[in-house]
Amino acid sequence: MIEYTPQNIRMWSLLGSCGAFGTAASALPEIDKNILILTADLCYYSGLTRFKETYPDKLINVGIAEQNLIGVAAGLAKEGFNPFVTTYASFASLRCADQVKVNMGYMKLPVKLIGLTSGLSVGILGPTHMCTEDIAVMRSIPNITILSPADCTETVKCVLEAAKINSPVYIRLTGSFNNPAVYKKDYDFHLYSADTIKNGDDITIIATGSMVFNSIKAAQILEKRGLNSTVINMHTLKPLDIEIIKKSCKTKLIVTVEEHSIYGGLGAAVSETLGAINRKPKHLIIGISDEYKHAGEYKYLLEQYGLSPEQIAEKIEKSYKET
Amino acid sequence: MQNIIKKCNHAANRIRLDIIEMTYSTGSTGAHAGGSLSMAEIMSVLYCAVMKFDEKNPCKENRDRLILSKGHGVMAQYAALKHIGVLTKDDLKTFKKNGSFLYAHPSINPSIGIEFSSGSLGQGLSLGVGTALGLKIKKNFSSKVYVVLGDGECNEGQIWEAAMSASHFKLDNLVVVIDKNRLQYDGETDTILDLEPFEKKWESFGFKTLSVNGHNTQALFDAFNTDHNKQPMCIIAETIKGKGVSFMENQTKWHNCALSKEQYELAIQEIGGAL
Repeated sequence: MIEYTPQNIRMWSLLGSCGAFGTAASALPEIDKNILILTADLCYYSGLTRFKETYPDKLINVGIAEQNLIGVAAGLAKEGFNPFVTTYASFASLRCADQVKVNMGYMKLPVKLIGLTSGLSVGILGPTHMCTEDIAVMRSIPNITILSPADCTETVKCVLEAAKINSPVYIRLTGSFNNPAVYKKDYDFHLYSADTIKNGDDITIIATGSMVFNSIKAAQILEKRGLNSTVINMHTLKPLDIEIIKKSCKTKLIVTVEEHSIYGGLGAAVSETLGAINRKPKHLIIGISDEYKHAGEYKYLLEQYGLSPEQIAEKIEKSYKET
Repeated sequence: MQNIIKKCNHAANRIRLDIIEMTYSTGSTGAHAGGSLSMAEIMSVLYCAVMKFDEKNPCKENRDRLILSKGHGVMAQYAALKHIGVLTKDDLKTFKKNGSFLYAHPSINPSIGIEFSSGSLGQGLSLGVGTALGLKIKKNFSSKVYVVLGDGECNEGQIWEAAMSASHFKLDNLVVVIDKNRLQYDGETDTILDLEPFEKKWESFGFKTLSVNGHNTQALFDAFNTDHNKQPMCIIAETIKGKGVSFMENQTKWHNCALSKEQYELAIQEIGGAL
């Protein structure tokens, strides 16, 4: 049983996204007796140590073999199980792109795929372990719901909600240990409906994953400079909350912020929606530029790509003044 | 026993006739006749003598599961499903036609016994491992999982990932059948990417491994009935690509082919003569 107490929320933040997933995982068998968790030699890394101790028969480790991982999970899903699968986001989306396409997209087998440490959080390990392409890959494959929680509390909520969906889901986990909390107490999470965190008349900032927190901070900086922003947490990237994007057209500038390539991610998804609207504001896409930078620590890499709150605020202010 | 074998031999020839009919019906587009013809006995023995499969209820929980990983050979499976009464002659006429449920590569359709989609090679054994694991977790100890691979398909790394996991999880409810027709798209398997020592490879991956003549239904039947306690089994079926049609046998160019009227008539005559 998950309790959204302030103490738990603080603890999940400390643990980071993988630890938060592990916490939620331990509650999954209470939701559905057919839950199984599969991993490719990342049991400990996925925060599943407690799950393994509590439910040793529900944890399947296939070794370092991600392609097989997806297929085995798909076979289990077909036999009526509700399999959650963990591996690094980069391997989940890129190494296994064809397995995801055939098993989850084409056959619609209800595998719940968890992309660990997406974005730049393990950037010290180099571009092989960073993942700035997964939204683009997953978004182009039909029939997969894509979730991108803003913090560890939302990670827990997304995992529990995914267990109730009888179709394929990809959950993109961003952030690191000591992940800042966007939600400091319990709140109503509505799958498919974006969450408006604050309202402002000048600018709409639509962010996803780890960038929701940085966007809130950026909005605070902008406020001191006389610019009021609405901040939206787009936790469901597919299907996209089209209505909230339409409503955002009231402001003079729409900004999307993501720890993902500027190509194919949230910015592209919002842009595709805006394209069909007659009168629309300017759209600024803030994300990872089209290059692999040198390995580095998370905070360092965020700054290298211009994704700190100050840098986001500066980009937005400049763009707003140019409108 | 002799009756069962006779039945399987007859079914294999009926399957071959339908493969030729389907291939001819695609006109100049053509179809994967060679690798379908090589599988005729594998399909006939599985459907007519080995598998628990209720043609009136293909989704029955205690059925055996057949996964055709080499999806391009699906004409042999469609023909077998017609032979046992799941599909009709009219169904087969829609093969590869716009809007038909009988794709050139199988598309998941449990109601007719197509357990999974395939076509992207190398993925079926992983599905078989997941299915066999699932059956064990569900305590369904009566059903078996049969996965049919091509030998060329074993170039794919995922096959070996799956093979390792099959023996690691002691899946004695899993049987791999390899249609070893020795030819792949670009030529002979040993010139493209040599698989040998093939039998030793499967043995070393933890499979009870047998090599049999894949056109000898008695040998196949005996192989399927071999005990493989606490380990998965691999049956390497030595076959001939294009088997049953003289001008197609052992010819790479008949991997995917279109038949002229004359070729069609000759093929029907040759297979029909064996009936």
